[in-house]
Amino acid sequence: MSEIKMTVNGKPVRGDVKDNTLLVEFIREHLRLTGTHVGCDTSQCGACVVHVNGKAIKSCTMLAASADGAEVTTIEGVANGDLHPMQKAFNDNHGLQCGFCTPGMIMSGIDMVQRYKSAGKTLDEAAIRHELEGNICRCTGYHNIVKSIAQAAGEM
Amino acid sequence: MHNANYHAAHTTADAASLLASAEDGVLLAGGQTLLPTMKARLAAPSDLVDISRAEELRGISIADGAVTIGAMTTHSEVASNSDLQTAFPALCSLAGRIGDPAVRHRGTIGGSLANNDPAACYPAAVLATGATISTNTRDIAADDYFQGMFTTALKEGEIITSVTLPIPQAAHYQKFAQPASRFALVGVFVAKYADGVRVAVTGASEDGVHRWTEAEVALSDSFAAEAVADLAVSADGLISDLHGDGAYRANLVKVLTGRAVTAAG
Ligand code: FES
Ligand code: FES
Repeated sequence: MSEIKMTVNGKPVRGDVKDNTLLVEFIREHLRLTGTHVGCDTSQCGACVVHVNGKAIKSCTMLAASADGAEVTTIEGVANGDLHPMQKAFNDNHGLQCGFCTPGMIMSGIDMVQRYKSAGKTLDEAAIRHELEGNICRCTGYHNIVKSIAQAAGEM
Repeated sequence: MHNANYHAAHTTADAASLLASAEDGVLLAGGQTLLPTMKARLAAPSDLVDISRAEELRGISIADGAVTIGAMTTHSEVASNSDLQTAFPALCSLAGRIGDPAVRHRGTIGGSLANNDPAACYPAAVLATGATISTNTRDIAADDYFQGMFTTALKEGEIITSVTLPIPQAAHYQKFAQPASRFALVGVFVAKYADGVRVAVTGASEDGVHRWTEAEVALSDSFAAEAVADLAVSADGLISDLHGDGAYRANLVKVLTGRAVTAAG
């Protein structure tokens, strides 16, 4: 067992976890923040993407103990009263159907927009599609997801 | 997932002593291979020594015609380093195509080299540049370091601290990605130096990353795609699987080498 402490969505949290606890298990089962999903548990699908110290990572492929001391943001933490521009863009563009992949898509989308902005690079459609390599959607065919991220990129 | 005792090491020295006192301990770098391997029960270490937060193992510095990269530097840090983009863009481009963005935020160069997956990208760059792998006890030349699939010169408890790659005059990495895994079905790294050309191939051989010496001789003579067009690549000892048989990979080695030379210019 290890004692871990981190900041999740701006709030300090702590937990006593078995050493093999994955970050996504800590988020879902200890903190009961079930917006972060587990689609594959094998680093393929991206449903579990959260931000750790400002960077998108797959929370099924990181130990909770490795995030000790970190700042973590999950889908529950992105809206600030109003929906985040990325959430609103998914809503506007019908960027989801069943919604299972959506939390990961939004967290990856926010991360890619921020990275491209800070590097001064243009996030065009080809770049969005390339950046979504690690996020799988079984419903939408990606088209509206790409449109959503492009819209949000103009607003963020 | 299999349970293991977790330890966080903030220095190389701490990591070495934690490893030495563990029954069957392994280093946890970015965990992008080790954690899936443990989930699949292909590895069951007694202890994990997490070095991902060891600051002394991170960073990129360029000096005397070479770049030194700390073992815990992530793929995304290599891909986005602006000095390196100017000095050695082929390496940034390679790092920016490993896995996917989230994997690149965790995966490290040291982890990739220690694992030596036969289809990993970094071993091709390290071997093609004749790099030096530094550990907590010694320096190892790339030519001595890679010893076959998942096998390296690292001894029990030895920790990679950094890798130093001589910066080539021209270089390019051609990756034919397996679309589901994003690993290289075949990848070829070509690096041109004043004293000759080196070519390293990943993804193709059952012995892991290796140099293609016939192509090196031909390209050192004439650095043009045509120089390799008539060379024969044998399918013997090449990986054959449902994604491509040995003959297919042999052809890819040649085609990708030609493309890498053209792109390197
Ligand atoms: S659940 Fe983590 S990538 Fe699929
Ligand atoms: S909306 Fe159903 S998996 Fe993407």
